Amino acid sequence: MQPKVKPKLAVWKFASCDGCQLSLLDCEDELLDVVGAVELAYFPEATKSVVDGPYDVSLVEGSITTPHDAERIHQIRRESKVLVTIGACATSGGIQALRNFANVESFTRIVYAAPQYIDTLKKSTPIGDHVRVDFELRGCPINQYQLLEVINAFLNGRKPNIPTYSVCVECKRRGLSCVMVSQGTPCLGPVTQAGCDALCPSYNRGCYACFGPKESANVPSLSQWWRSSLDVRREDLVRSLRTFNSGATDFERESIRHAN
Amino acid sequence: MSISESNTNMNVIDRDGLDRLFEVLVSEGYLLIGPRVRDASVVYDEISSTRDMPVGLKDEQEPGRYRLHERGDGAVFGYVVGPHSWKRELFPPVQKLYQVQRNGGKPDMEAPAADVQKRALIGVRGCELAAMAIQDKVFVDGPFVDEQYKRRRENLFIVAVHCNEPAATCFCGSMGTGPAARSGFDLAMTEVIGGGIHEFIVETGTELGATMLDAVPHRESTEDDRVRRAMINETARQGMTRAMRTDDVHRLLTRNYESPRWEEVSERCLSCANCTMVCPTCFCSTVEDVTDLSGDHAERWRKWDSCFTSDFSYLVGGSVRPSISSQYRQWLTHKLATWQDQFGVIGCVGCGRCISWCPVGIDLTEEVAAIRESEHPAKRYV
Repeated sequence: MQPKVKPKLAVWKFASCDGCQLSLLDCEDELLDVVGAVELAYFPEATKSVVDGPYDVSLVEGSITTPHDAERIHQIRRESKVLVTIGACATSGGIQALRNFANVESFTRIVYAAPQYIDTLKKSTPIGDHVRVDFELRGCPINQYQLLEVINAFLNGRKPNIPTYSVCVECKRRGLSCVMVSQGTPCLGPVTQAGCDALCPSYNRGCYACFGPKESANVPSLSQWWRSSLDVRREDLVRSLRTFNSGATDFERESIRHAN
Repeated sequence: MSISESNTNMNVIDRDGLDRLFEVLVSEGYLLIGPRVRDASVVYDEISSTRDMPVGLKDEQEPGRYRLHERGDGAVFGYVVGPHSWKRELFPPVQKLYQVQRNGGKPDMEAPAADVQKRALIGVRGCELAAMAIQDKVFVDGPFVDEQYKRRRENLFIVAVHCNEPAATCFCGSMGTGPAARSGFDLAMTEVIGGGIHEFIVETGTELGATMLDAVPHRESTEDDRVRRAMINETARQGMTRAMRTDDVHRLLTRNYESPRWEEVSERCLSCANCTMVCPTCFCSTVEDVTDLSGDHAERWRKWDSCFTSDFSYLVGGSVRPSISSQYRQWLTHKLATWQDQFGVIGCVGCGRCISWCPVGIDLTEEVAAIRESEHPAKRYV
């Protein structure tokens, strides 16, 4: 049933590349239906017009990396009935969480001519570390169809079909052969959450874990197999675990175990 | 299981005869589904002739490892089994069950039309025929008949092949399903190769099989052919290195729900679900409802699911089997023990797919043996 008043949708950006929120604009075939069903109340990538809160749904992209952002996210939470985090940055700290394994000042000194003007936190943290999150959409970037599914489920008052099982399930449903078993290619698919429809294995590549750890991810067992049976070097294993979701607990713990 | 001793209905076709048989099947309206190489493995998909098939290739398999190699003899069926099973054809991984359209106050429900395509499955192994017979019990023989499965099953023409060389992961011998195909085929072939000969000794299983074979140039089998066929099968049977004891497995597993082995295997198990996806008998699925944005159109889809996902056992308040150890225990005890209570047969056919395609090489025959061994720990100190 179409609501009489269109729900107000807001899209917020924190430390991120914009790729996830642009996924909404990439829904070219469905975009008119989306704007017909919701009011784009705050979405600077799409429209200059701003409608004041509160908002029915807030999509939050990016991680918290500055003291200012750590305050701003609380304001957004207060104005949002439902808050959905979108993408690896918002759900695990993103690529910028690599700073968590180093001293951030060593980076700012190299990158900026006048690092004293940089006011940044020691760690990049997911939104869920700061405020209550109602739903998480994984991926670097998110899958646009998963985003549509969440908006769709919200509008129709039903549970979104967003699986938390492994990439392997999607891989096998597609009829792809395991690149690790048949070609010895290291693949993070068995510990990574589905959502991409096994994109990389479909091009004969191992999974890079863009969607982060799956439910009950047994990363130590996979690491052991990579090292002992696929002859993956320790530093390559650590690098593989430290890409888009290095701050996700299952990956972080295992990468530290092998890094030290 | 040794090969059938029956001498009746046994004929011989040559290498070209195989392609001729395919042409006959196509002319009768069959879609040929057979082995072909994709992603460095043998998968089942549409084929048009033996040119599409893995001619001259063999599959080397061990736990967590599968590699294709050149055989050097041009064998058409020189591989064993790959990651696909025929369940893809009968129980598709993703299938629309029905759709609903809001039409004023009344919903219009519509189920997709039955799939009436005739399919000829080329190169079905003994273990795979046994797996189909098991899935028949699940989808057709019980009180709730899956009409889509049933229709697809009725429209099959099955060309079976007796295995000549088992893989190191095969244990069909101890499961009583191979290496020779026993029943459930229209035609069954033994590939004979060597000494300048490349032929197929063909058994006829049905009237339909006989009709198709009649349209292909063939000769009657000789005593030599039959001896050769028996020897090939015996060599295959003796070449099997893996086994699983099954006579005690129901009692063994159901009295070992608390075995520490479940925790041990859970340290290795990734709960990735690969074993259940490649298993030719695993039949679990989930149902997803999708809507369009307006909510005026809804669809219900069935997708392969697995006892290794936490959503699969989700009830009010949480998942019944949230831990990897409980998921692995569920899979193994169902497959080998409680499956017998449910369907009267064991759920495993010994094809070895779950061993080869486990990304970390977990071997169910080893797990069963370890649980059996754990009941007699004193032996270790004798």
